[in-house]
Amino acid sequence: MAGRRAFLASAASAAGAAAVTILPLGSAHATPEALAEAIREVAGGAPVRDGKVKLDLPPLIENGNTVPLTVSVDYPMTEEDFVKAIHVFNEKNPQPHVFSAVLTPRNGRATVGTRIKLADTQKVVAIAETSKGAFWSASAEVIVTIAACIEDIN
Amino acid sequence: MANALISAPKTAKRGEAIEIKALIQHPMETGFRPGTNGQIIPRNIIEHFSASWNGEEIFRMTFSPAIAANPFVSFFTVARDSGTVVLRWTGDQDFRVEESVAIVVT
Amino acid sequence: MRRWHLALMLAPVFAASLALAQGGIDKRRSGYDDMSPALRQMEDDETSNPALLFVQAGAALWTQPAGRADKSCADCHGAVDTGMKGVAARYPAIPNGAVKPVDLDGRIELCRTTQQQGAPLAPESADLLALSAYVTYASRGLPISPPADPRLKPFRTEGEVMFKRREGQLNLSCANCHDDNAGKKLGGSLIPQGHPTAYPVYRLEWQTLGSLKRRLRNCIIGVRAEAYPYDAPQYVALELYLMERAKGMKLEGASIRP
Repeated sequence: MAGRRAFLASAASAAGAAAVTILPLGSAHATPEALAEAIREVAGGAPVRDGKVKLDLPPLIENGNTVPLTVSVDYPMTEEDFVKAIHVFNEKNPQPHVFSAVLTPRNGRATVGTRIKLADTQKVVAIAETSKGAFWSASAEVIVTIAACIEDIN
Repeated sequence: MANALISAPKTAKRGEAIEIKALIQHPMETGFRPGTNGQIIPRNIIEHFSASWNGEEIFRMTFSPAIAANPFVSFFTVARDSGTVVLRWTGDQDFRVEESVAIVVT
Repeated sequence: MRRWHLALMLAPVFAASLALAQGGIDKRRSGYDDMSPALRQMEDDETSNPALLFVQAGAALWTQPAGRADKSCADCHGAVDTGMKGVAARYPAIPNGAVKPVDLDGRIELCRTTQQQGAPLAPESADLLALSAYVTYASRGLPISPPADPRLKPFRTEGEVMFKRREGQLNLSCANCHDDNAGKKLGGSLIPQGHPTAYPVYRLEWQTLGSLKRRLRNCIIGVRAEAYPYDAPQYVALELYLMERAKGMKLEGASIRP
């Protein structure tokens, strides 16, 4: 439990706490329940509706270490109505968070790209939070394979 | 000393939304991987990325261990005035890197 | 026109179609062609290709004086795009005054120790990989052109023997997978033909740049054989054969593989 709260606390602080999240071995791992809980922590009790969010992920990636991901939200970015945050979560990594981005109308476009790690074939969920307190989401499944001849570090 | 690759247009039209891409060399060690002796390799990640334009923050992102090694970020920002965009990464082990690019806005 | 003029004109057309009929089309595929569109895009995008971080690191080292001679690579070789163009495409080779071939990393080491009079760079070290990536980048897009040096023949033959020899607990040879079963799947993964068109490569598996030797070690460990140490001549012999096998294929420079 401490892991998620520490992540969100550091996401909220502009300076960025240097707190290291140390998760007890073996007891923290994402599950569909942990994913749902992580989404609830962001949305509070507000309904999360499907739509407006486009989650670009390859349907299959040959190695889960580096999966290109782009989230784009079909939404105005005006002073009155804009996407103020994008949160991405996963279903089967050791912890459910991927990233949180804070946006303002100055971004012009609610589009964020990055590369993520996926431990296994799983679902990825992106949530867009608007300045009016609404939550929109999209999800995508990625099949993760691995090469036959890898480095044996053990 | 960090090794970073920034991609941003050198010039932009006022009001145009431009894309900034940033890549930085960093192991992004998750803290979940066992090493050769079976012991967990300690976590070593970049936790925060932020960008400012002439001192004003234009984007902020928090990374989790699920962000890939040699992390890549791309985002958009509306060009206002000519000046300097500063990109900042901070994280474990007192990691702190700043890179800047100049953009001319007409 | 005279009949013999016509015959002369048609002769090359006839020869070409005969060659095609005999299977003259190049059936070789680079690992690039076998990758998913997402990874090909990652390699093609020069604004976000992670391998370029290492090319950039190499660029910084290229102009840095080193060793007791306090010389930089640039002092002798000038700008990399002119001084090193084509070099990576024709290695391994036998350096002047030597009798055994070295690979590109070995050649960089020779420069570092004899010309710059500095300490050798450790195998798979960040600096050696960065320089290797930068020098290879100068040959991007060029065809692999193994030198015609007859002295290379016995080493190349040794490499060919290694390629076709079964080894390890799994008792597999390189040829078993990469000649006989390339294009098929092994454990959900497509088996590539195994051409050295992309080295040094940013392998997603390693989350960093690595050499051909590192990749060959992964294969050797993959068949559960004991990998040779990094300085073993066997890797150079194997690379000689692989480069001959890939003759004419394009070197990529700043490449990604899964």
